[in-house]
Order: sequence, then C-alpha cells, then structure tokens
Amino acid sequence: MSTSPDPGTLAAGHEIPAFVRPTGLALWNRYAAVNDEFVPIHMDDEAGREAGYPSAFGMGNLQVSFLHSLLRQWMGDDGRIVSVACQFRGPNLKGQTITTRGRITAVRPGADRVEIDLEVWTENQDGEVLAPGTATVSVPAG
Amino acid sequence: MTDTHISPEMAAAVGRPLSAGRDSFPIDASDIRRWAIAVYYPEPPPRLFWDAAYAAGTTHGGIVAPEEFNPFAWTPPDRAPARTGGGDAPDPNYLERSLGLDPPSTRFMLNGGVSASYGVRMRPGDVITSSTSLAGYRERPGRLGLMLFSTTADEWTNQDGELVKRSEMTLIRY
Repeated sequence: MSTSPDPGTLAAGHEIPAFVRPTGLALWNRYAAVNDEFVPIHMDDEAGREAGYPSAFGMGNLQVSFLHSLLRQWMGDDGRIVSVACQFRGPNLKGQTITTRGRITAVRPGADRVEIDLEVWTENQDGEVLAPGTATVSVPAG
Repeated sequence: MTDTHISPEMAAAVGRPLSAGRDSFPIDASDIRRWAIAVYYPEPPPRLFWDAAYAAGTTHGGIVAPEEFNPFAWTPPDRAPARTGGGDAPDPNYLERSLGLDPPSTRFMLNGGVSASYGVRMRPGDVITSSTSLAGYRERPGRLGLMLFSTTADEWTNQDGELVKRSEMTLIRY
C-alpha cells in the first residue's frame, strides 16, 4: 500500500479503480461488531419491512467506509483524505454486490502535494446509485 | 399526515450543544485492527492498520486508524448518549430527549448522509474528545410520509488539542 497513483492519471475525467464487495447479513454483523451498531433494520428482515423496505438493509456507515477504502486503495499510505461527503439515496439490500467508484473532477498541483477533487459513489449490481458524494484528497507531488 | 414535525421549541433549539467534551476510551491497536478487518473483509486490510513494524517505516511513523474509525463505539451504556431508548433499537428521538424537548411523532430513522473533513490521524493510545451540537432541522414529503431531516455537527480533538475531524450527520425520521 505504499504505492501512489500514476501521475499520468491525475486528470479530470479519470475513473479510479473500483472497490467491490458482496454484502449481506454476515458482512453487516461483522461491521456491527466493531461499530456497536446492532440496529434491527440492519439485522432483521421483518424490521426492514416494517420500515418500508423489502428486507433488512446495510448500514450507511459501512458505505462511508467503502468510500474511504476506495480512496485509500487508490492513493496508498502517503495519500491523505481531506474530506468526504455523501447522501444515502437507496438501500443496500441483502445479497447486493456494492461497487464503489470515483471519478476525478479537478486537480490542483502544489509544490509538495497535489490536491484532487472527486465525484464518488456506491452503486448496486444493476448500476443504481445508492450513495452519491464528493471527496477531496491530496497525494505527494511527482 | 402531520403538518409539521418541527415544533417552535425544536426550531429554537438549533445551535444548542448536545454533548460538550465527551471523551472516548483510549484507542487500542486491536480496536483499529478489528475495524480495518471488518470494513475490508474478505480482503486483508492495509498493513498500515495492523502491522506495527511495517507502519513504523511509513510516513506515519506507526499504526494509524482509518479516517472514518469510530472511537466512541462500545462505550458503556451509562456513558453513551445514543442508547437511551432501551431494547435493541436506538431511540429515534434521542436528539430531542437529550435537549429536553417534546419529541416529534416519528417511528423510524435512517442515516440520510454524512460529511467529514479530517485533521490529524487517530493513533493507538489517543483519547478523542467529541463536542456535538444541533445544526438544523428541515422536512419534506417522501414516499413513506413527511420526512424530518435533523443535522448534528460534531468536532473531534485528540488529547493534545489537535483537530481530528469535523463532521455533520443528517438523520431522516418518518
């Protein structure tokens, strides 16, 4: 993870490598175990249906982690996440494979580091966007 | 359908602190390792989050936590303001109860969105202090009824007073 992005790819429009995860109760329970987030809508289909959805659904906080992992996977250890924001527009239902993607929207070269803005999002296996957002990161120059 | 969820008392409470100076327990290296395993599963997480010898050789000089790591998870119930509803489900109206307000008549809650900007990284041994305030209310009709959006703002600093994170979280209730 000490690699940095190829400087030749730091341009608006470039899509960074995706972060892909199959999701379901085991993954969500594992996350609940570290975030102490044992909420019925994330563990119990009946609770998910009572809240208006077809089944239990995954935590928004886990999708936030996916967005951060996407950026870290691309930047390597020397990269710095400056900011991340997203909205939750659709549920991550049981059995969906979530693909987290990012596309560069702006690059600001500096003396020591390059600051980069990205559009980031999670989508399900049908390409439906679940959590659209934005991020700003910085990586070492050159 | 309810005309509004936002009472005059709720509107007047915007800007009030919810918790000032709540301290985490010291972050343990195994808290970071387990978090990283869970969020990267089934692939192994980056060594920066669990391999002290490797991490010492990076620009960070040692293990750091993933930026989104939550040092306030697993706080004992009597010190955790988010678990006052009893049972398994968090109290959807925790926000108003903690401000001493009559809560809205909502039954369900969802995470609506988050935003965060980061300062210094969290490391093993750090104690994080959180100060949270009510940033705002808004509402609009939705598929499941009148939706109440409440936003809280949170600022985290470490034991040296360095800024770790500023964040906002929007809760949707209906």
